[in-house]
Amino acid sequence: MTAGGRAGGRTALALARRGLCHALLLASSCLVGLPFVWMLSLSAKPPEEIFDAGFALFPDRWYLLENYGKALTEHPLLLFLANGVIVCGAILVLQILVCAPAAYALAKLRFHGRDLMFAFVLIGLLIPQQVLAIPLFALAHRLGILDTYAALVFPFIVSPFGIFLFRQFFKTVPDDLIHAARLDGLSEMAIVWRLMVPLAWPAVVAFSIFSVVSHWNDLFWPLIVIRSEELMPPPLGVVAFNDEEAGSDYGPLMAAATVIVSPLIVAFLFAQRWFVDGLSMGAMK
Amino acid sequence: MSAGVVLDRVSKRFGTESVLADVSLEIRDGEFLTLLGPSGCGKSTLLRIIAGLEAQDAGSVFIAGRRADRLRAKERDIAMVFQTYALYPHLTVAENMALPLKMRRMCLAQRLPGIGRLWPGRKAVARSIRDDVAATARALEIAHLMHRKPGQLSGGQRQRVAVGRAVVREPSVFLMDEPLSNLDAKLRVVMRAEIKQLHQRLGATILYVTHDQSEAMTLSDRVAVMHRGTLAQVGTPQAIYADPENLRVAEFVGSPMINTLSAIVASPSGVVLDGVALPLRTGLPAGGAVTLGLRPEAVSLAPAPGAGLLNGTVRLLEHMGAELLVHVALDGGETLTAKLDVARAGLVAVGRAVAIRPHLDQVLVFAADGRRLRCADHGGAVPASRGARA
Repeated sequence: MTAGGRAGGRTALALARRGLCHALLLASSCLVGLPFVWMLSLSAKPPEEIFDAGFALFPDRWYLLENYGKALTEHPLLLFLANGVIVCGAILVLQILVCAPAAYALAKLRFHGRDLMFAFVLIGLLIPQQVLAIPLFALAHRLGILDTYAALVFPFIVSPFGIFLFRQFFKTVPDDLIHAARLDGLSEMAIVWRLMVPLAWPAVVAFSIFSVVSHWNDLFWPLIVIRSEELMPPPLGVVAFNDEEAGSDYGPLMAAATVIVSPLIVAFLFAQRWFVDGLSMGAMK
Repeated sequence: MSAGVVLDRVSKRFGTESVLADVSLEIRDGEFLTLLGPSGCGKSTLLRIIAGLEAQDAGSVFIAGRRADRLRAKERDIAMVFQTYALYPHLTVAENMALPLKMRRMCLAQRLPGIGRLWPGRKAVARSIRDDVAATARALEIAHLMHRKPGQLSGGQRQRVAVGRAVVREPSVFLMDEPLSNLDAKLRVVMRAEIKQLHQRLGATILYVTHDQSEAMTLSDRVAVMHRGTLAQVGTPQAIYADPENLRVAEFVGSPMINTLSAIVASPSGVVLDGVALPLRTGLPAGGAVTLGLRPEAVSLAPAPGAGLLNGTVRLLEHMGAELLVHVALDGGETLTAKLDVARAGLVAVGRAVAIRPHLDQVLVFAADGRRLRCADHGGAVPASRGARA
């Protein structure tokens, strides 16, 4: 009896602790998730309810069709999405084309100045994009590519983060595997594409998500280099809503925002498993 | 087509440390030569230099009579089996074995994923590759594993696949870097025999690296014993065992290890060991120190103490099945291991005093610096059986 009571006390304590943990986690995830939920909620409300003093998650009058219809028809939202796909796709492909060979060289080849090069990569990681905006803008102007897709893509082709992540991953590949590949007749480039990249697949997926998310959501750089509406990526397009409707038409705005983030959420759900793998494996060695 | 390999004064250093010093060696066409040595003696580095994976600091490598120093690894027509097998983990067994053929037989366009299939002539090449891979897989009895990935194979299976990947493209030289060391003892013996058979079947030149002297002795046509980046001795397994150049080779080869006993030179034709005079010619002046090397089977049990016999006490008995290892503490303080026929087990017991007769014709005499003294006139050395030295 006593033993049972003590054991019961212990489980109660453990339960309480776990409950507390979960309460904290729940609270913090609410904090993070609330704006998102609020966006969803607003995208379903009619204009007069949006500025209601009260707090209601669900609208009294569902206004989904009207808001989403307006978002999709009044502005070329699908065009913005297509722009986003083109720009993010181009950035990602070029980034991997540049990062994988660079990371392989830094991880597995011996040459003078390798450590110095890697130090530059690390420094590159520390410099925020905004610092370079003016020189990059000047460069784009000189190249005559302002207000084109090229202007949206070129500053991001070399990604220090990608080089760093791939290098950490490539370092864990045993040298014998590379030696075997060389004896089997693979060139250094073939080693990168036939051996290293497939082996580092989780890292490639993780990097792809990082890259796509950050460039899909980027407003700063498109705002600087893009004027034509038909070239605007999604966030810039949403800002265009805001401007012209003088901030009063929040329902369609939130509907547009929902449409814009949904591809990312779907993509993340698909790639989730590799994403976590890729980050933790990179971190371990 | 197999080919010979010649190393001419190859040297390599890592930083300030010399790993290989002036190594010269000829591996004949179709020969099975083993590089034997303790870990860190430079044998794997030598293998990598031959393969073209590492560049030597000085000296030259010749493959099939052609200077190979400037050739890249893939141009040397060499295949290597690695200790870790080094199979590509993301490819199936069939793809692992097909890759070296693909890289050789297909042009860049044909290898491209997707559109490569549309390239003219690819189909015929792909079929020839498939046939060759299947034939090799049948010979190595791995045909049923073709669609598995390396992670789903046992150690022995991986080893076979690694050999298969090397064999399938019919290179002129095989390099094997401790290919059996990751297998358990039983499997190692099985695979050892298979590698020997493979060599006989292919007639290929094989350069095999190991620290396991039993592998070296059983597999090789010749053994090259390495020590600290130099070749201590090159010869047939028998010559290495019976006629070592120096004390280090004698100690490294043979199990249980050779007995080494210190003795004093009494006259140019006799030494004194533990107060026992032995008629061994050294050619050294009296008073010098020498080391006598006695293989465990080069001694026998004498029925009673007498002249020329070593007296001692049995400390330990090890039954090995057909043989009996007797560890004896000699009265002079040294220890000695004797290998006896198990039929003589009744004569010895732990703690009993025994008299040991050294077989004088099998005693190896070494100078104080470890050099072998060959002027013994009883003919312990067998010059006729000595292997050619590089």
